[in-house]
Amino acid sequence: MVSALVLNDVHVSYHGKSAISGINLTVESGNVLGIIGPNGAGKSTLLKALLKLVSIDKGSIEIFGKTLEENRKRIAYVPQRSEFDWDFPIHVLDTVLMGTYPKIGIFKRPKKKERDLAYECLEKVGMEHFYNRQIGELSGGQQQRVFLARALAQNAALFFLDEPFVGIDIASEETIVDLLKDLRNQGKTVVVVHHDLSKATEYFDELLLLNKHVIHAGKPSEVMRPEIMLKAYERELSFLREAGVN
Amino acid sequence: MAFIEGLIQYDFLQKALLTSIIVGIVCGVIGCFIILRGMALMGDAISHAVLPGVAISYALGINFFFGAVFTGVVTAIGIGFVSQNSRIKQDTSIGIMFTAAFALGVILITVLESSTDLYHILFGNVLAVRPSDVWITLIIGLIVLISVYVFYKELLVTSFDPTMAEVYGLPVRLIHYFLMTLLTMVTVASLQTVGIVLVVAMLITPAATAYLLTDRLSVMIFLSAAIGASASVIGLYFSFTYNLASGATIVLSATALFFVAFLFSPKQGILWKKLNDKKNRLALQ
Repeated sequence: MVSALVLNDVHVSYHGKSAISGINLTVESGNVLGIIGPNGAGKSTLLKALLKLVSIDKGSIEIFGKTLEENRKRIAYVPQRSEFDWDFPIHVLDTVLMGTYPKIGIFKRPKKKERDLAYECLEKVGMEHFYNRQIGELSGGQQQRVFLARALAQNAALFFLDEPFVGIDIASEETIVDLLKDLRNQGKTVVVVHHDLSKATEYFDELLLLNKHVIHAGKPSEVMRPEIMLKAYERELSFLREAGVN
Repeated sequence: MAFIEGLIQYDFLQKALLTSIIVGIVCGVIGCFIILRGMALMGDAISHAVLPGVAISYALGINFFFGAVFTGVVTAIGIGFVSQNSRIKQDTSIGIMFTAAFALGVILITVLESSTDLYHILFGNVLAVRPSDVWITLIIGLIVLISVYVFYKELLVTSFDPTMAEVYGLPVRLIHYFLMTLLTMVTVASLQTVGIVLVVAMLITPAATAYLLTDRLSVMIFLSAAIGASASVIGLYFSFTYNLASGATIVLSATALFFVAFLFSPKQGILWKKLNDKKNRLALQ
């Protein structure tokens, strides 16, 4: 079977400064991949490169053996929560409904079928009672669940989530993790940029430890070993040592 | 009452009323997207940038619509080009480009000694609307309203979450320039009614008022159009009755409506917010 993602020697730079370099990675379908690494390691850059939101200097990216353009409708992306204007005049259900837009196509409008799908997706994340609320009235965790519902409504094969667990409550975090695992069990592929190392082993099937380049990729038990983690977090540690922390 | 009699009696007043209502509606609709995309300054810029186009059109003897749309769109592209290709931020880029276009327009009008009355272009003179102007306004109005209706979904998603739109393959930048073109057309349609200097108020004030009154974009668009149209009618009444500049009276009417919403909006009004704060504090004592 064709791999969900194949990255071959991918390089990205901003204004002449290298952000990530020489990234080689293969992700098989039916996995939850966590991308971890210190601040400034290029985690979000890698995600943006995968989605062609930034251009790559060198290398190639294949999604299900094809280009991104041929796969756009099979991809759902959940941006970081901080990227939104939470005062935007939009309700929860209309937000989820956006997930149906890619397949409706231009000129057409969402009909009852799409509304029903959006509502079902809201039920999956346990947010159906809030369908009528303005999105800014929700808590961080509820907002994140709504955006996951939107991604579910896209009916994608490949899901990208950028820091979905930042600033959310533990119940929402568990709901989201369970849903991601459901997706995996249905054979879908999930890529999550993740910040917090403590739960990385529980949450992900595969881990990519990044610090400008691939430090290590593999099963969490292989990656989450002190000698490997040290390679990525060396700078943070030396900073702590200088500050007198043992 | 003299206003009603005037309306029945004078053809020019009927044209003025019709034009300003259309302008109020169309500005209200486009204005919603302008404020939600944080492009209020862009609206101001484009409206000033049509001036050289108007001057050239008069010199060439063509309808000012074509020249105005041309220089408006060129300026919008120029603003984008400067901010995307340097460290200059968007608002700074806007400040540089639109003042340049406006200054060029002032010189062109002087040099070409066109019959254009600068004062009327700058401040509007709705009572001097010609039949051809009514038609242009009507056609532009229809184009804009149909465009927004047809591309509502795309305008919504690119305003709310441009990254998602880009990921699923929408031409986000093209949609931006499309909106800029609509904005330029709206500005041209508003030249007669409120003039270049004040058109930004018609774009922003009714939309901002509607923004305080609802949590749904679709409702906001209709409210904004209604508020824009009401401001036009009220403004025209004062303009006619007290012989004041129509642009100024229409804009001040819109401002008055804004402050009513600012104070009394059920959800956002500062009056209720203050009252609730006080109630809460009293309840805790």
